[in-house]
Formats: sequence, C-alpha cells, structure tokens
Amino acid sequence: MVTINRDSKISRRKHQHQDSKLCFPLQFHHGTENLSSAKESSFPVFVHKPSIGVRIHHSLAVRPPPPRSSPPEEFSLLHFAKLEQLKTIGRELAMGSQGGFGQSKEFLDLVKSIGEARSKAEEDRIVLHEIETLKRRIIEPDIPKRKMKEFIIRLVYVEMLGHNASFGYIHAVKMTHDDNILLKRTGYLAVTLFLNEDHDLIILIVNTIQKDLKSDNFLVVCAALNACCRLINEETIPAVLPQVVDLLNHPKEAVRKKAIMALHRFYQKSPSAVSHLVSNFRKKLSDNDPSVMGATLCPLYDLIAIDANPYKDLVISFVSILKQVAERRLPKSYDYHQMPAPFIQIKLLKILALLGSGDKNASGHMYTVVHDIIRKADLSSNIGNAVLYEAMCCAAAIHPNTKLLEATVDAISRFLKSDSHNLKYMGIDALGRLIKVSPEVAEQHQLAVIDCLEDPDDTLKRKTFELLYKMTKSSNVEVIVDRMIDYMININDSHYKTEISSRCVELAEQFAPSNQWFIQTMNRVFEHAGDLVNIKVAHNLMRLIAEGFGEDDDNADSQLRLSAVESYLGLIGKPKLPSTFLQVICWVLGEYGTACGKFSASYITGKLCDVAEAYSTDDTVKAYAVAALMKIYAFEIAAGRKVDILPECQALIEEQLASHSTDLQQRAYELQAVIALDPQSVESVLPFDASCEDIEVDKSLSFLNSYVQQALEKGAQPYIPEEQRSGIPAISSFISRSHHGPSSHGLRFEAYELSKPVPQPKPSPPSLVPSTELVPVSEPSYSRETHQTSLARLETNVGSNEIKLRLDGVQKKWGSPSYSSPTPSTSSPSSQHAVNGVSQHDGASSVSSKARDSSSDYWKQQPKISPEKQKLAASLFGGIAKAEKRATTSSQGPTKAVETKSVVEKAPMAAPAPPLPDLLDLGEPDNNSGNSSAASDPFKQLEGLLEPGQGTSCANNSNPTSSSKDSDLIGLYGSIPTSGQNNLIFGSSTPNTASKNGHETNAAALLSQGTKGPNLKDALQKDSLVRQMGVTPTNQNPNLFKDLLG
Amino acid sequence: MIHFVILINRQGKVRLTKWYSPYSQKERTKVIRELSGLILARGPKLCSFVDWRGFRVVYRRYASLYFCICIDQDDNELEILEITHHYVEILDRYFGSVCELDLIFNFHKAYYILDEILIAGELQESSKRTVARLISAQDSLVEAAKEQENSITNIIAHATK
Repeated sequence: MVTINRDSKISRRKHQHQDSKLCFPLQFHHGTENLSSAKESSFPVFVHKPSIGVRIHHSLAVRPPPPRSSPPEEFSLLHFAKLEQLKTIGRELAMGSQGGFGQSKEFLDLVKSIGEARSKAEEDRIVLHEIETLKRRIIEPDIPKRKMKEFIIRLVYVEMLGHNASFGYIHAVKMTHDDNILLKRTGYLAVTLFLNEDHDLIILIVNTIQKDLKSDNFLVVCAALNACCRLINEETIPAVLPQVVDLLNHPKEAVRKKAIMALHRFYQKSPSAVSHLVSNFRKKLSDNDPSVMGATLCPLYDLIAIDANPYKDLVISFVSILKQVAERRLPKSYDYHQMPAPFIQIKLLKILALLGSGDKNASGHMYTVVHDIIRKADLSSNIGNAVLYEAMCCAAAIHPNTKLLEATVDAISRFLKSDSHNLKYMGIDALGRLIKVSPEVAEQHQLAVIDCLEDPDDTLKRKTFELLYKMTKSSNVEVIVDRMIDYMININDSHYKTEISSRCVELAEQFAPSNQWFIQTMNRVFEHAGDLVNIKVAHNLMRLIAEGFGEDDDNADSQLRLSAVESYLGLIGKPKLPSTFLQVICWVLGEYGTACGKFSASYITGKLCDVAEAYSTDDTVKAYAVAALMKIYAFEIAAGRKVDILPECQALIEEQLASHSTDLQQRAYELQAVIALDPQSVESVLPFDASCEDIEVDKSLSFLNSYVQQALEKGAQPYIPEEQRSGIPAISSFISRSHHGPSSHGLRFEAYELSKPVPQPKPSPPSLVPSTELVPVSEPSYSRETHQTSLARLETNVGSNEIKLRLDGVQKKWGSPSYSSPTPSTSSPSSQHAVNGVSQHDGASSVSSKARDSSSDYWKQQPKISPEKQKLAASLFGGIAKAEKRATTSSQGPTKAVETKSVVEKAPMAAPAPPLPDLLDLGEPDNNSGNSSAASDPFKQLEGLLEPGQGTSCANNSNPTSSSKDSDLIGLYGSIPTSGQNNLIFGSSTPNTASKNGHETNAAALLSQGTKGPNLKDALQKDSLVRQMGVTPTNQNPNLFKDLLG
Repeated sequence: MIHFVILINRQGKVRLTKWYSPYSQKERTKVIRELSGLILARGPKLCSFVDWRGFRVVYRRYASLYFCICIDQDDNELEILEITHHYVEILDRYFGSVCELDLIFNFHKAYYILDEILIAGELQESSKRTVARLISAQDSLVEAAKEQENSITNIIAHATK
C-alpha cells in the first residue's frame, strides 16, 4: 500500500517533468528526432539511437519465437508501451526500495546534470539555477517535512560545490529542532557542514543541543555531541559543559567516546574553561572499552605536549597498554590489515616520545616495548610501516639507547632503499629526526639522500632540503645554501619560497664562512625572493653591515661595507628588483656609499635617483632613496666639500615636495632644511656611521616643564590623567566589565531569576595604564632613516625575538678558509674515494669499493655514480672531523654490502596507491572471453535474472549483427560465478555501432564489480539503477562505476 | 590534527568536503581549486604527500577518486594514508563494492560515516565493526522513522481525499 502510494506520487511528478515524455511511447516516437539532437543527459538509449529501441522490441517480442519479417516500426509502437511501463515501474520501485536513492527525481536530475556538466561554467549555471529554485521553494508555506529534508540536502550539495547557500541556513537550524530523529540528524549534518563556530545562528542551536544531550536515545545524543565538536565556541561551552561531563559515564561506549572527543575540542578552544576537568581524561584511560581508551589518547597527547611533567606517572600505564596492544590483547575488530590496533599504537608511541624526551628515567621503561615494535614491524604493509615510522620517531625523541638507535638506523636504511617514494620520504624524515641524536648517521645514507635531492618529485626534494637544513654545519653551508637558492629560484609556490628563503638566510647568518660569501648569498636571496622574506631579515642585514661582525677590527668592517656597496652598485641596474632589497641597497648606499672614497657623491646620488625614478610607484623605496640622498649630502657638507646637486636629484626632490605621501613630503623638506644648515650643525644632526649609536630619549618630556609651568601660571587647567577624570563612570565600568575575563563575560544559558532589587553595580577599578602609552603610535611599515628613528628601532629590536646573526663561535673563522672542497677529478678511482668521504684511508675505501664492485643488481642498475653526485656527496657529508671519519668508515664497508643486498631483494613494500588504470585502458577483455557457452540465448538468461522489482529495459544485446561481440560480453558474464538470479542488466550507453571500446568499458566495469563475489548482486543492482536514472559512464567519467577498492 | 577532508575526482569535481578547521566559503573554494591543481597534476609514482601552505596534504587515489586529507607538518603521513583506507573500507562494506557513483548520490551517508570515524579532526574510532554497528543502528532508526512518517502521510492523504 505504502509503496504504491509513493509510486503514484512519483509518477505524477514525472509527468510534469520534461523527461516524462519518455513515458509515452507515442510521444516518444514523435519526439525522437528532436530529442536525439538534444542534450545527451537523459536516457541515452532512446534519445541517441532509435535503432536500439527497435532492437529492444525484438528482445521482448521475439523471446520464444524467431524474429518476424514485419516492419519494425509497428513493433516498436506496439511494444514500446509495455516496455515503457515496465521500465517506469522498475525505476520507481528501485528508487523507492533503495534507501540511499530515496531522493526525488528533481534532486537526482540535479546530481546527474552536474555530473555530466562539461565545464565549470556549465556546472555553475546549473547550480545557480538550483539555488534560485531552492530560494523560491524553501520559503513556501507548509512544506512537508520530508520535502524540507530534501531541500536541506540539496543545499548541502550546492554548498559542497562551492556556492553560497546561506539563505537556507536558518532552515537547517530549524530542522535540528524537529523531534523526528531522521530530520534531526539531517539538520545536524547540515548545520555542522554549513556553520562555523562563530556564526550568528549558533546561538539558536545551543538550546537544542542542550536538550538533545539529555535525550534517552543514544543516537540523538551522539548526533548532538558531533554537533558540539563543530559548533560550540568559547562562549557557549559553559552551556553544554555539565551535560557533556555527565555523558562521560554514559552506559553506551559510543557516547562516552564522543563525550571525550567533545571535551577535547573544548579544551582546544578554551583551555581555561575545562582545565578543572582534565583529570577526567586520566580516569577514562582505564575505561573498559578500547575505543574510549583510544579516544582518550587524543586529549592526553595534547595535554602532554603542553606540559609533560604532570603525566610522568602515566608512563608505566602507557607502556603496559602499548605492550598489551602489540601483543594482540585487544579485540580482533581493532585489527587492521593483521596489525593489532595500529592507530592506537601510533598514538601511544607519540605520547611516549613526548614523555621520554630528555627523561632518562622514563625512557628506561620504554626501550623494550619500542624495540620490540621496531623488531617485529611488518614491512610489507603500509600500516606496518606507519607504526614502524612512529616507533623510529619515538626512538629518536627519547633518551638515546644504543640498541634502539641501531635498530632505527637499520629501519631507516630499509625505508631509504625502498622503491616507494612514500617510504623514501618517511626515511628522510626519520633521518632528520635521528640526526639530532647521532649526526654521523647521515653519512651512511649520503647517496640515498642525494638521489632524493635530485628526484623529480618536489615533495621528496623539499623533505630532503629539510634534512639538509638540519645537518648544516659551517663546513657544508656553502653547498647546501647554494642548492637551496638554486631550487628556490625555480619554484613558484610563494609559501614554500618564503620558507626556504628564510632558511637560507638563517643558515647563512649562522654559518657564514666569510662576509663576502654572506653578502653575495643575501643578495641572491633578496634578488629572487626579496618580497617574500621577512622585513626583519632586511633590517638584520642592514644592521650587520652597520655594526660589522662584532669584531673590533675596523678595517674588516670597512672591507665588508665596501664589498657590499660595490655589489649593490653592480646590482642596482637590474630590472625589477624586489622592494625590500632596494630598501637595503638605498640604505647601504646612503650610509656607506661615499665612505670609502672610491665612489663620488654625484655618482652615488645619480644611482639613487635612478632607483627612485625606476620604482616611482613604490613610496617606500622612494623614501629610502630620499633619505639616502640626504645622508650623502650631509656627509659631504660635514666633510667641508661643496655640494652640487645633480639636476635629476633636484627634480626628484622638488617632485617629492609636492608628493601626496606626507612622509615623502616631509623627507624632502627635511632634506632641504639639512642642506641649508652649516657644517657643524649638519654633523651633529647626521653624524657619519652612527646608525648604531644609542640615543637617549627623555620620555618624561622634562624640557617642556617650563612651558607647562608658564601655562599654569597663566591660569590654564592642570592635566588630569584620564582614569581620574569624573563624568564617564558608566563607560569605564562597562569597559572594565568587558575586561573581566570569560567567566563573567559571555552568554547566560540559565533561566533568569525572578526580579529582585538590583544592587548597584560597583564599578571595579579600571586597569591603570601608564599615560605615556595611552596613544600608541603605530610604527610606519618602514623605519625613517633619520638616525634617531633608526636607532630607536634598533633599540626595540634588541628586545624582540627575531632572527639574529649568531656571532658566537664563528668569529675567528672568517677570512681563513676552514673548509677546503675536495678537488674534483674526473678519473674514476679518485672519485670513488670522494664517495666515501673526502679523505679516507685506502684500506677502508678499497673494502667499500670492493663491496660496490661486487655484482649486485643495485650497482648494475646504476653502474656509475656520476662524478657530480660524488662530489656533492663529499661536500655535503665530508666535513666531519677526521677522527670521527675513521670510526665510521671502518664500519662503512660491511654495512654498504648488506644494504646493497637488501636492495636486490626489491623491498616487498606494497605500493600504497597502485595507480589504477582507467577503465578504458584495461586489458582486452577478449582474453577472458573464451567460454561463450552461457551465451546461447542471452534473453533467456536475462529473463531469468530479472527480478520483478527490478524491471529493466535497457538490454541491448540482441542485435544479431553484433552477435560475436555479444558472445564476448556474455562470455565475460558467464565467467562470473552467478547463480541464476543475479540481476544482470546491461549497460545501455553504447549501441552496437559504437566502438568496441564502449563495450569493453561496460564489460570491464561490470566485471570489476563482479569479481567481488558476494557483492555482485548489489553492484549490479546499483549499476542498473543508476543507468536507469540515466547516468552512464561517458568518456568523461569512465570510472564512475568502478569499485574504489577494486 | 586533520584540518579537512576533500574528495575530488580526476576531473576535479568535488564529491565530498569536510572541514575541521574554520574556512570561509571563499577560502574553501580557493583551497579546492589550489589542491586539485596540485594533486591531479602529480604523476602516479610520486609521493602521496604534498606540501601546501605550510600544511601537508596526504592524498590517495581510488579508481578515479582522490581522497585528500590536510594535516599538520608533524603528523604521521603513512597513518593518514591508512585512515583514508580505513574509511574507504568502511564505505565499501556499507555500500557493497563502493564506487564513485555511490558517493555522488549518497554523499550525506558518506558524511555520516565520516562523522563516525573522524571527529574534531582526530581519529575517533579504529574498529570497523564498531563503526558499522553504529551506522546500522542509525539506519534502522531512520527506517523506523520513515515507516512511521509514511503511515502518517498515508493517513493524512486518506483523510483529505
């Protein structure tokens, strides 16, 4: 009864719909011509090729008897009615019975048409149309709830496609209020997808969540907890907190688990709000249910990451849990690919790494279990490697243990030698972690590292740079930074460019072997990534040039400045330099351009004018240029030389006097004023090379005292600090209340009390702010170049936490070459030496070279390591002191031999994501089509396969002309283990005239689903269903039907 | 922590998006555009990880569908790959040989299932059986609700006739 009712409804709807034409055979035949030219989206069998229709009549009419010779036209008319009836019923039954596809035709059509949209523009058009429809219909009065639910799901779909569905949010919110769980769940799903935690509508949901958290139905509670995690913000936490805490003891483990996760989320949002509940996490660690325990590890991990000390007592518990997990004490259902609860293991290992780092005592408990995990790791599966990797990270983080580290090094080498890029990547990452503990490890893997560095895969390359960054020393800094800059120049990803350039700067500042090199490196960085590096880096560079390198050797400083000035004068002509770099150039030229006497003032000023002209849109650069001009003129005047301002400079200054930028204007006026002063005053205003001198600032403005006194005597009102003024109590108390912290501030969720005489609110004492800071002056984005301000900036910089040149430890090295690169020679024996290090003992190298020469496949594949690579290896890894070298080289030979052997075995790592070929690329299905015994009468078979509910009309294989192909197909199906009752419904997208390719597509799709065995029926049903709805695997999306896990 | 999960197919069409960190609608569109450009262009033999705006995106391809998960730099990438697989296996069990089409037409169910696996950007349940049990409990409830609703509409329909 129920179904019939719904059916009739649907078919009524369909009649209104455009596609409904197809339901009427007569109309259909009239419409064929028109439709065939129409969009291909719907029911391609009929629309495309009328001939197929004919074929189908054969199939129905002819079933027992042979085909008659009467004209097919009549047949079609006659049988189309039956066929269409069948089809309609089948489709509707299918849509009704299949729970998942329970949406209306309209929605299915929407999804379908979007699925077949050829371009983004077309998709957008469809979605916008849908939005219009929804906007109109969603506000209609008295929409049935079921319909409303569908609208909401359509909204979700629209929003998922990146369009704005905000007009419907309120309806989703309303739906959460519904008592029917079906609707409620949909409502919650929609609001969690629509709203961010700061959305205005949240406040309307809080009450519902509160109510639902108390529901008897645990599924309602679960839905509410899910919503809590997404929607509850800092302000609304107090509203739901008590209920969530109560739920920690709910009888259902699913609820307890979600309550833990919700509390965790609250903790992330506002640690203070739930800090008193943290002990609950500890308690729940011993929950009976493993999934609750597993969930508890998430918040504990966060807490321990913040401060490990309060949790040291849990080390033993964690270790014992991990031990039990690793020994398969958890229920079987937690196994994943034969690994016992790997996700819990990983989480535990992460926690142990935090607890054991820098704690010898705690680490002591962990060695055995971590070692066991590494030893027993299953290298053949991805998840095994994931656990292994985590164990390696743990081993590298905790207090070092020789045995454990050895095991880790072994595992790393297995990762690095793997064919899988993923594992190489993880290996490099683990190496980067281990290198902090034992720096010599990298050397064993130098070639693997260099291979990764030269890999075409950007991700791997970047990871390798990260490793290099971690292992940079003063001996290899030049090579590494060079490589980094080379890579940086060639990428477009501005985010990564920023990162790598700041790393270059950091390394250069830390390990620079000479100031010459330093300045050149900085120039390259600025030139190619100038706009991406932090402005502080530029300031640092300026300061570095100004201060020198902290040595008292003035000569070296002026050398440095000269080389800087020279290099900048060389660079200044280049087109399109980044603004930051130009600022540095202008500043340095202004300060030191004329200092050495090598360049004349007019030469420098000319250059500066060129810069200001070339970058006339950049006010900052112009300001720097004008300031530099001022300084140069000032130095000239102070030195008693005559200043002749170049005509272009004069023009520039005049232009700036009328500039729209007040800053530029002021600078220009200052310049004019300074030039007009006498030499003595100029020298005291702008002393030479004094940018690093301290300036005393009288903060109390005592020099104004007399002026104030005068004013007071004349009867002026004395100044009253703001906080002492009366007349604004209301505001101040309001402000002070809002300053009060989250406890008093925020929304109330309890009912209001009955009205009582309200006590006068006492204004709490307002926070005292020193009056000097009342008017915070925002610093301009660039510092003014008068000495005063630049000094002030330097002062403030001293306190701030920023990248600075580390001067300790490098001082004496400059100038003297502490690093000598091995002379590259092309002859092979000496380059073999270079591979194993720079200066090696002959014995050791002969051992290792013997190992290499042994006929292992690895070396056959790469019979020669290119000399450049060897050289690179030497320069990267060869900088270790000799004594260390001896120790490592002696062990190098044998390990290499072992490693090469392990490579020969071609590490059995399963490729994590084997590239699945397109269906169209699948091998010829003909290979499998040997048995065509089942193909004797396809229709008989079809008939037997059809279940009454799944009416099908798409069978198209009856065309006698393509019988050979049919038998192929049927043969394919025949090879599927079917009992007679499977729904075998043939795809209808490709008519017989179409390329064989199409047949293969369908066949392969069905076959791939068919091989699933027990799921065959499901798959075929699904397939038929969607085909009926008109979705076909077109060339554009041949994989729609493909099993994801196939 | 997981910041978002996105499913896109070879053609760059979005099949599912779930955001665990706040992103405005504009940002979301941009993220999807950027990532599909980045990921779809990658060859088959490369790493399944991509650096992106200081985060890492771990992706895995199933047939023509890419599952992309964005995580922090210091998370375990291999684990995320397996979480993806865990999800796909559960989808497979639920839909019965899941294919892209299932996710197109049943995206809301895919969301429900995802909600049982990930919550607040963390893996909450690693047991397939537990997830399956919860989902089927919800489904049976939904079925019951549907029956009830249908009978009511029936009654109303009859009454108004």
